[in-house]
Amino acid sequence: MREILALDGNAAVAHAMRQINPDVVAAYPITPQTSTVQTFSEFVANGLVKTEFITVESEHSAMSACIGAAAAGARVMTATSSAGLAFMWETLYIAASYRLPIVMLDVNRALSGPINIHCDHSDTMGAREAGWIQIFSENAQESYDNFIQAVRIAEHPDVLLPVMVMHDGFITSHAMERVELLTDEEVRNFVGEYKPAFPTLLDVHNPITYGPLDFYDYYFEHKRQQVEGMAHAQEVILEVAREYEKLSGRKYGLFEAYRLEDAEVAIVVLSSTAGTTKAVVDKLRAQGKKVGLLKPRVFRPFPAKELADALRHLKAVAVMDRSISFGAMHNAGPLYLEVLSAQRIYGGSMPVVDYIFGLGGRDIVPAQIESVYDDLFRILETGQVERLVTYLGVRE
Amino acid sequence: MPKGTGWKDIPLGGLILEAGNSVEYKTGGWRAFRPVRDAEKCIHCLFCWIYCPDSSILVQDEKMVGFDLEHCKGCGVCAQVCPVKCITMTPETEFEKEK
Repeated sequence: MREILALDGNAAVAHAMRQINPDVVAAYPITPQTSTVQTFSEFVANGLVKTEFITVESEHSAMSACIGAAAAGARVMTATSSAGLAFMWETLYIAASYRLPIVMLDVNRALSGPINIHCDHSDTMGAREAGWIQIFSENAQESYDNFIQAVRIAEHPDVLLPVMVMHDGFITSHAMERVELLTDEEVRNFVGEYKPAFPTLLDVHNPITYGPLDFYDYYFEHKRQQVEGMAHAQEVILEVAREYEKLSGRKYGLFEAYRLEDAEVAIVVLSSTAGTTKAVVDKLRAQGKKVGLLKPRVFRPFPAKELADALRHLKAVAVMDRSISFGAMHNAGPLYLEVLSAQRIYGGSMPVVDYIFGLGGRDIVPAQIESVYDDLFRILETGQVERLVTYLGVRE
Repeated sequence: MPKGTGWKDIPLGGLILEAGNSVEYKTGGWRAFRPVRDAEKCIHCLFCWIYCPDSSILVQDEKMVGFDLEHCKGCGVCAQVCPVKCITMTPETEFEKEK
């Protein structure tokens, strides 16, 4: 029977890991990810999974152990946050370029310094070029659902790329919510038995080499292959989502459009803040204001065309970024830059402005989100864009 | 896999799917000095064969017969350990005309 439990985001993902029953988990604790692997290690100790749980001395070692285990033919998972993800940097690229379908939870936390343990997206935004698929979750339920789907996406023969699933540090990771679990059997059937795409290191009858030197004569071709995997990922993500919807009744896409169809202005924002924004949208709609929301779910591969199509009818758009791309155009956020690029190629002439918010866990409250919609309506009235980038909630 | 194969036809992820094919990867091109043996002087002690770090000493019927110049990098260990000094490290420029 399916259970409905009160779980925080980290426990929800730990349950997803228990139900998937991976061969190997190698992980190192870091706030606010710790309770995920702590909870999962209890499942291991209690014999609820057959997983080989490798405790390591660092995140560099965690990802290295994951790479080795995946190359040896195991279904592999890990979890991290912030500085832990940064410490994996080199190995993130190796996991992606060896085409190992590792699945990782990253609990979004600010990247030092000054040192901070609270939520923003600077950790995974920094890793956006590493070759991993990146899926952001609004709440515990989404994180659970995304984590299970991630296994199928990563392992798909047309993709074969690692996937990181994100939820917001503390806001989602440590807040108790209603989470509907599938049954263990349903999850195990959904992910299926793992069959590695290539001969593995433990296959003594088919000896192969992983990770040889790859110089000017082949490296470029291998990078081109990675692009192809990423290009196929979008369709596979949708295919897996359709199948998951049939099983769970919960619908997922490349992004969620909330009251967007007939909206005049809209906000584009990731993760838990999208939940807060929905409440603001409902309030303003009740006042007759035509506002909407677009919450990207998949950031890598970025669904540029689909997103531009969904925004095209709007008269003004605000992107809200929980990180800064220092030194980029106007020091804007990475989500803003992607939305602008999409608009440039796929059309749409409305003004698009950026709001940097919530850095280092700074609260974002409904009144601030309402002020963003007010700003958008002011742009409509005056036809003037005063600022491309606004710092929402910083003290002057 | 022939040299110059395109991205659609090479194994993913830099994998090498067959064992023991490093011999096909020619690495002798960066040699600056070529070992040249005086066969008259050679006593076939095979010290060179033991010491060569690149398995580039060719041996047949327990006799030293020559060098694998596609893999020899010209390090000169063979010339150094030869007890009768029958190997001379000769600049590659002297063989330019042969090409």
